[in-house]
This record gives sequence, structure tokens and C-alpha cells, in this order.
Amino acid sequence: MEAYLDNAATTRPFASVREIMMKTLDEDFGNPSSLHTKGMGAEKYLRDAKKIIANSLKVQEKEIFFTSSGTESNNTALIGVAECYARRGKHIISTNFEHASIYNTLGYLESRGYEVSYVPVDTLGHVKMDALLDAIREDTILISIMMVNNEIGSVQDIAAISKAIKEKKPDVIFHVDAIQAYGKYKIYPKRMGIDLLSVSGHKIHGPKGIGFLYVDEHVRVNPLIHGGGQQKGMRSGTENVPGIAGLGAAVKEIYTDHEEKMAHLYALKKRLIAGMEKLPDVKVNAVGDVVEETAPHVISVSFRGVRAEVLLHALEERGVYVSSGSACSSNHPALSGTLKAIGVEDALLDSTLRFSLSVTTTEEEIDYAVAQVAELLPVLRMFTRH
Amino acid sequence: MQENIYRAFLIKYGEIGIKGKNKSNFEEALRVQIENALKHLEGDFRVMRESGRVFVFCPKVYDYEETVEALQRVFGIVGICPMRVISDKRFESIKEETVKYVREAFGDRELTFKVFCKRADKNYPMTSPEICMEVGGFLLEHFPNLSVDIKNPQEKITIEVRQSHAYVYSHEIPGLGGMPVGSNGKAMLLLSGGIDSPVAGYMVAKRGVTIEATYFHAPPYTSERAKQKVVDLAKIIARYTGPIRLHVINFTDIQLAIYKTCPHDELTIIMRRYMMRIAEDLANKNGCMALVTGESIGQVASQTIQSLACTNEVCDLPVFRPLVAFDKADIVALSEKIGTFETSILPFEDCCTIFVAKHPVTKPIRGVIRASEAKLHGQIEALYEKAIETDEVILCEAE
Repeated sequence: MEAYLDNAATTRPFASVREIMMKTLDEDFGNPSSLHTKGMGAEKYLRDAKKIIANSLKVQEKEIFFTSSGTESNNTALIGVAECYARRGKHIISTNFEHASIYNTLGYLESRGYEVSYVPVDTLGHVKMDALLDAIREDTILISIMMVNNEIGSVQDIAAISKAIKEKKPDVIFHVDAIQAYGKYKIYPKRMGIDLLSVSGHKIHGPKGIGFLYVDEHVRVNPLIHGGGQQKGMRSGTENVPGIAGLGAAVKEIYTDHEEKMAHLYALKKRLIAGMEKLPDVKVNAVGDVVEETAPHVISVSFRGVRAEVLLHALEERGVYVSSGSACSSNHPALSGTLKAIGVEDALLDSTLRFSLSVTTTEEEIDYAVAQVAELLPVLRMFTRH
Repeated sequence: MQENIYRAFLIKYGEIGIKGKNKSNFEEALRVQIENALKHLEGDFRVMRESGRVFVFCPKVYDYEETVEALQRVFGIVGICPMRVISDKRFESIKEETVKYVREAFGDRELTFKVFCKRADKNYPMTSPEICMEVGGFLLEHFPNLSVDIKNPQEKITIEVRQSHAYVYSHEIPGLGGMPVGSNGKAMLLLSGGIDSPVAGYMVAKRGVTIEATYFHAPPYTSERAKQKVVDLAKIIARYTGPIRLHVINFTDIQLAIYKTCPHDELTIIMRRYMMRIAEDLANKNGCMALVTGESIGQVASQTIQSLACTNEVCDLPVFRPLVAFDKADIVALSEKIGTFETSILPFEDCCTIFVAKHPVTKPIRGVIRASEAKLHGQIEALYEKAIETDEVILCEAE
């Protein structure tokens, strides 16, 4: 049996995604910028996808810009805003458990003369509001916060955060990294006070190589990529028509019967947590009393006395695919910043796995995975490194 | 693509030239290695042995730089001389072609030269000294920037008159030296994912030895990526050694048995002894006459002189340790030169690092180790056979 439980890394594209992409490769292969009908045929896919996406966010189509990835969306948001508003100030605020595409981009901006404050999170992975508000200064131009953490699945109350920061400083620009959140939550930037929002295609059963950035019409962003002026000059380069078409199809499908899909995910998540908590010396991270207050698809579990990488490969041999909670290596342990940030004890940093679900995951897969972990733990615990 | 003035290479070989009756075997091995090295390059190459010389002819469009680089990775070559082929070997034509060659090779650089001539075609109407004098004079007339220096010329312009063609060449690009792989039997390399063992394999191959390799895989403690890394390393060494047959042995059960049964400070040394035994078995089955390891005295606990003696005693085949007296920095420098370093330092666990005692024995006493090993009897034999059966052979060719 196989249980693919690494859906926060990537998901299997929906059949509808593959289908529409094939069409753009076989028949409608034109360049959307071409004036002839082949070009128009391709352009229709862009317009359709943009409409689907804009509707899902209840925003205008002109506020959606396609990028190559969530990483590019995050880079464009941070660098584009920082450059554009540098005259207003050079201070940025984020948290201490962001994804590398935020964290390293902020590091780059720091090397270019910007100042960044990193606000801590509590043990459940919630941004400490008082610390966040305290960090706001006269020269703060941008605040960037991830909605769902990719390693532990904690969720921020984005609307409350936006309200609080904008009360303190109305002109601050608020960016939300929604790469793990979009498709799981209905996100309405206008109502929630989000100025920029990053999304990636392949986390929601779309293809790799495509993402988008929502930019509120009142916010200005310097482009990162220059050229033929596609997408109103915000992002030059011939549009990735297959990717965009696929992304549109994925968004359409993921938000169809959305409540049922999420209920299914939460049921699976509870099942997995219950299974894991029965095992000795196993701890589920960052889940409080109400599972529904965490993201429906990410579960971080620590296994005392077992090295994550070994358990991961042992599970892989049995067809269970997961991620290690930390990118660890024998020579240069680069332990997870997120796990440290939520106060996971040192001994468990290298013993933590991430299980992540998708709408196509089944109960059987969950039970199978739990059973495999239960079998492997006693064996692997016999052989620990000295 | 610009027409290259060099249509052939004269391959100079050192040691193999002096091997008496075996010379022909060595030359054939060299020819095969050169063909193998050029196989994937753009162009159409003919490698020919012709009365005591090896030539590479390049009749079609080819990439000069790439070809020289490939030849520079063939063991047994000491020098590579790019040549102009003169297909019409009448003397007038030789003179004119030499002028063209000199113009393109040297331009208007000021330099001293001397013309040398070798005449394999003894029926040629002119003698070698006559050819030298005539061509030398002709060159002086054409190039004011040239002057003759008989004793210490900067450029030695050599003309060879053979049965079918004549050639002219002047410079020699250094090769790697050593002996052609395939001329000196076969050995089994214990290949890990580290820095040393690929270098050791390279060095032994340089003496003309064909390399097979064994890698000990310990899933799930070592990952598929660690195995892929070893395959990648073998492919890099294969650029020099030719294709390598890599044996992958599942070592997990043996390792766990040692872990369960033996004192933990002796784990590594006992593990090494089993690796040597398995490698020797595979060597014997595959016609290898020696083992090769990347060990260097004192580098780690399992490579002290006592530890080496202790791992050495379990096998009868000679164990070649070409790095035994090398400092780590020298090994690193060699691995950078060979091109394995970047791959070697990728951070994946290999089976030497998964169960390591904090304070392993550094001066193992053979009697003590043997006694610890004896505790494995009864269970280890079956595991050993099982491990040998897992032998998966991966053919690693240069890419």
C-alpha cells in the first residue's frame, strides 16, 4: 500500500488540471501576445484563469499577477514594495518562523540597507500581538506574515492582525504569504485588510512552475523581471499558458464543495493525531484543544529517541511518504527554525516529522501510516546513535 | 565552425613504450581507452596504431578544446601533439603546408625554431637532414619573425614523412601519465560517499588497473540519495577509468547484528572487517586481484596503524591503500582536481557514520576484537550470505 502524506511539499495535480494543460500544449499553443487568432485562443485561458482566481478572492482581475512560483510571489511582494516605498521608510516587520522564501529575501533586503524586526510566536505558533504592535515604528513600511505555517500548520487570525496594525499605522502595507493557506481557507483580501497575497499552484493540485501575487490596486510594486511588458509591465515574459490554465482549473476544483472537503481533511487530521497520541513518547506539536483552530492538512509529530531521517526512510520503504520537520544533515545540522520558534525541546528537533494531507487522502492511508509508525518505532528505538 | 588546422593528434606514451614484448598489449589498451574517452564527443575519431605510434585522426568537424581535455583524462598518455596532416607528401606540398601551419600556429610572434624530421618512408627521395634544411630555409624566407636556433630552439617544428601521409607538429600538451586502464588487471575499490575512496580508485586506475567498486548501503539508515551520490562519484571517476561496475550491498542486518552483540566502542572496527570480507568475496567472484581503500594512517580511529592491521588481517588479497601517507589537505586537493570533491561533500549519511561510538577504540587489540566477533557466530553467517545475495550491480559510465 502507498500513503502519500507529503502534500504540503506538493500535491498530485487534479485530472481537470492535466486535461486543460494538455489542450494548451496540443491545440492552443499560441503566444497570448500574438495578434492573430492563435494568440487570442491562448489569451482566453489567461482571462478564464484570472476570472476564477479573482472570484475566489472576491477581488478584481486586474489585481492578479501570475508568477513562476510562490517564491517569486514572495520575492516580488517584499522587494517590490520595499523598493517602491523606500522614501517613506526602510523598516519591515515579519515573524521568526517564516518560510525560506520570505526569510532569505528579508536577509537580502537587510544587506541592501533595510531594517527588519522579527516578531516571536508562542508555543502554538501564533504571532505575539503585543510584540508585533510594539515593533511598529514611524518608518515601518511593510509587514509580512504567513497565514498557515508550512511545518506545524498554525494559523494566524489575519483579519485581527490587519485591523490592529492598521489602527496603529494606517499606511503600513500588509503582505500575507498564503501558500499553505489558499485552497484550505476562503481568503477575502478586501474584507481581511490584506494588501498583497502570495499563492503557489502546486500546493493546491495545480502544476509546478506557476503561482500568483494579488496586489491591491492602491499598492505600488516595482517589478523584479523586466522585458516585453506583459502583465502590465509587472511581470514581463511570455505567460506560462499551460501553467496558468492548470492553476485556474485547480482553483475551480478546490473551491467546489469546499466545506465538505475541509470537513474531510479535519476528520483525517483528527484520526492521525489520535493514532499518534496512542504511541509511547510521541508528541503532536502546536495543536491546542480545538483541532479546527489549526490548518486542516499539516501535522507535526515528534518521536523521542528516533532520528527523523531514519524514520522517514524506513516509512518510505513501506510506501509512506512524509517530510522531516527539519532539513537536517549529518555534518551540518540546520535544525528547523520553526520548531525552535515554538519552543520544541532540543532533543526533539531532529526527531520530528511532518505529515500533510490532501483532499484525496483516505482514512485507509492514515490508518496504514499510523500502523507503520507503530511497528517501526520500537525497532528504531533499539538503535540510537551514541 | 572554423576549420581547425589540426586534423590529427600524435599520442606520446611514456612507460608503456619500454615494455618489450608486452608493448603491443599496452598499446592496444591505450587505443581502447582513447576510443572510449572520445566516444561521446562531437566528431568522428579514428584511433590508429601505426608502427610504434598511436594517432588520433579527426576527419570531421570536432571541438578541439573538448577533445584535448578528454585526451588529458586518459591514463598512459604523457603528451598530446596536435598535428597538421599533409595528405600530398610531395616535397613542394610539405613546404607549403608547413608555412600554413606556422602562420596559423604562431602568427607573427618573434621566436626561434629548429626543424626536425623523421622519415618512416625510407624510399622518400630526400633524406631527413635535407628536408630539415630546405624547410628551415623556406620558413625563414616567409617569416621575418622567425630565426633559427640549433641548440636551444623555442619551437621544435617536427615533420614526419610516413608511408601514406606526412605530418607537421610543434607543441606537446602534457597528459596524465600512468598506464592505460586495462593493462594491469582488475581491483575492487571500497567506495563510500566520502572524499578519500574516489581518489584512491583514481590513483590505482592510473597504474593501468581496471576498477570495480563496492558500496555498502544501509537502508533505512542511509538514504537512496546517499546511494545516488556514490553512483555519481563512480560516474565521475569513470571519466578517467572507463566504465565502473558498482556493487551495492545491503549491509543493514550485519550492522544491526554487530550493534546488538558487540561492545559499542568496537563497532566501527568490526564493521570494517566485515566490509573487507565481503569486498574480498566480491573481488574473487569478479576476477579482481586486489582490494583498494581510501585509508590514510591516523586519519580517524579506524585508520590508526593498529586499526589498519586489525582490518587487514581478515583478507588474503593484497590491499592497496594509495593514500596511506597522504595528508587530508593533499587528498582534498587531488579530489578537487579529479572533480569528485563537490559531490563527496554533499551531506548524506553513509554507513560509517550512522552508529558511531563517542569514543571508539583507537588501538584495537586483535585478540580482543576476534573475541568480540566470535559472539556473532551462529547468527552472522546467514546474514553474511544474505548480504552477498543482495549484490546489485550498477554500471557507472561517464556522462
